[in-house]
Amino acid sequence: MSSLKNKMPEQSPQVRRHNFDEVALGYGADIAKLEAARCLQCKTAPCRKGCPVEVDIPRFIKEIKGGHFDAAIETIKKKNNLPAVCGRVCPQEDQCEKFCVLGKKGEPVGIGRLERFAADYALQQNHEEQNLKATEQLGNVAVIGAGPASLTAAGDLAGMGYKVTVFEALHAPGGVLMYGIPEFRLPKDIVRKEIAALKDLGVEMVVNAVIGKIFTIDELLADKGYDAVFIGTGAGLPHFMEIPGENFNGVYSANEFLTRVNLMKAYKFPQTGTPVQVGKAVAVIGGGNVAMDSARTALRLGAEKVYIVYRRSEEELPARAEELEHAIEEGVDFCLLTAPVRVCGDEHGWVTAIECIKMELGEPDASGRRAPIPIPDSNYNLEVDTVVMAIGQGPNPLVQGTTPGLHVNKRGNIAADDHGMTSKEGVFAGGDIVTGAATVILAMGAGKKAAAKIHEYVQNKRA
Amino acid sequence: MYTVTKIEELSPGVKAFVIKAPLIAHKCQPGQFVILRIDEDGERIPLTIADFNREAGTINLIFQEVGRTSRQLGTLCTGETILDVAGPLGQATHIKQFGTVVCIGGGIGVAPVYPIARAYKEAGNKVISIIGARNADLLILEKEMAAVSDTLYITTDDGSKGCKGLVINPLQELIADREKIALVMAIGPVIMMRGVADVTRPYGIPTIVSLNPIMVDGTGMCGGCRVSVANQNKFACVDGPEFNAHEVDFDGLMTRQRIYREHEKMEHRFEGGCSCHR
Repeated sequence: MSSLKNKMPEQSPQVRRHNFDEVALGYGADIAKLEAARCLQCKTAPCRKGCPVEVDIPRFIKEIKGGHFDAAIETIKKKNNLPAVCGRVCPQEDQCEKFCVLGKKGEPVGIGRLERFAADYALQQNHEEQNLKATEQLGNVAVIGAGPASLTAAGDLAGMGYKVTVFEALHAPGGVLMYGIPEFRLPKDIVRKEIAALKDLGVEMVVNAVIGKIFTIDELLADKGYDAVFIGTGAGLPHFMEIPGENFNGVYSANEFLTRVNLMKAYKFPQTGTPVQVGKAVAVIGGGNVAMDSARTALRLGAEKVYIVYRRSEEELPARAEELEHAIEEGVDFCLLTAPVRVCGDEHGWVTAIECIKMELGEPDASGRRAPIPIPDSNYNLEVDTVVMAIGQGPNPLVQGTTPGLHVNKRGNIAADDHGMTSKEGVFAGGDIVTGAATVILAMGAGKKAAAKIHEYVQNKRA
Repeated sequence: MYTVTKIEELSPGVKAFVIKAPLIAHKCQPGQFVILRIDEDGERIPLTIADFNREAGTINLIFQEVGRTSRQLGTLCTGETILDVAGPLGQATHIKQFGTVVCIGGGIGVAPVYPIARAYKEAGNKVISIIGARNADLLILEKEMAAVSDTLYITTDDGSKGCKGLVINPLQELIADREKIALVMAIGPVIMMRGVADVTRPYGIPTIVSLNPIMVDGTGMCGGCRVSVANQNKFACVDGPEFNAHEVDFDGLMTRQRIYREHEKMEHRFEGGCSCHR
């Protein structure tokens, strides 16, 4: 048996840097069975403790090994409503695969790749509508936002027999899966299919519904007949650096840049109506997955030079190893230990450069990482005509600001316990709106726990 | 889907749509806006709510056919639909009894001023309105504004209606005549709003303007609509759209409104004709 994972076919870097098609192409059935055969089927299943939604990993892998792909996806779907998404964007190396026994001497089982295989297999089968719609109505739940936390809570609650209505502010459900993560990493068609599966479960999706404006939380509970509300509105408020020149034309928040391209399909402009301004040289500020997504998107939009500007060193880069590797392969340049101090512009208000300062690493700071310290007189200009700020997002304040009695912390995140309970009766919250910007799967885990608690709350209330 | 139930051409290239949107009509307040997207490939554009009818469940939008989306919108016929309308967005106008309020609307800006002027009037204010346009043909909502104003001044650039000149001229005269003005509300082209701010600043007259920068989501998510107010970045979609005119960086706003000038030229070449008669 090989000590390495079976490789997943990919588009070559030279080809893919010019298109928005998916980079990783997925396992075929034969390779999937081979990879599944690597699993030792440990009785203790250490991999499961790394999964925030507790998928029965050994069981679904065993089904794939035996060629029972339908049974595999059924096993996954018991715990995970968005397997095709998770198989693509979960940081498995820090979760399930981190605990795989095979990882001690070689590479762990490609759990994420197998999950993706099973999910894609199911999506291709054109399942007849599974009639899981509850015969008995356990109650009504409103879910605010339609990102990973909300969709998971909605799916779980609908599965239990609740009537669930999801209110989404944008014109399409999916949240960050639609507006943030690029097509080449997570095809929007996949997201739409996963959402369609939730609709089959009976979940109602209301788009263009900005809660806090069209209804308040209190109105949903008091007037609209909902027994409980789940808030999963995410980290939707972009941070800027507060340095001079940030309002020059050509400076984007990563949120705006990615939303224009992903949700609004600016890469097809002028066939589509939304433009995006990408010059010859682009600087992306930040080192996380959002920064990698922005840099790789800029390449695909025709930028000749794309720089990642990050104030710490490669070791501290928060992006997933796979994303970093893909960005390097595609030709993104890395300006590490570098921080922008000013955006320079011309007399017409357009970006011409960013003034950067070199950094060195000092003692560990509050985050546990070594703190970057500016090196005096090391300033230089990096000539670019587009700048994307990918330095993080805060919580969107629309719901909190219109919900009396809902406590928030200093950063504006909703205060909630491990089960999503907030300070307000009947109101639950989970995902980035509670934790600050994190990963898709952590948000899904929060949605799952909240769904269980909502069930308990509603049944107690009705009893 | 949101159905267009009535269309009126107010002046050449300026149309008023009545749109069935019961939830928005139920909640909206003067000063708020919606974001609409005509079809699957369309962009999201903000439009201020020009009026609303809660009983009928309708909102009114008034727009000038100047960009790709507004021109496409102008091709819709009664009974046709708009795919997405989200709102009401932004903060509502702060309405109370101030005393004498001067409401100024320039060009298409008269449309959003109208429900605000009406609300001021209903709150017991003395409302003096000044509306202006390039010429008499382009002047909109004259009757409506007259109905909610104690006094209405009209200006046109060419003198074809009312006084020849700019909307700031009657404002300057009011100030010179020692009219006790408690508040000025001005909506129109950025250059006009900047002019109004310059007139009232030396007198310390509180002045509010409503800004219309480029937006995508309209819910605070993209930051594209950021504008410097009192040297701090504000998001027009959630913090505004109304701001203290004396604190707004109008020059920065004008620069940011030009971001897609080159793209607009590309679009012009790409655009086809009217969709409903194709």
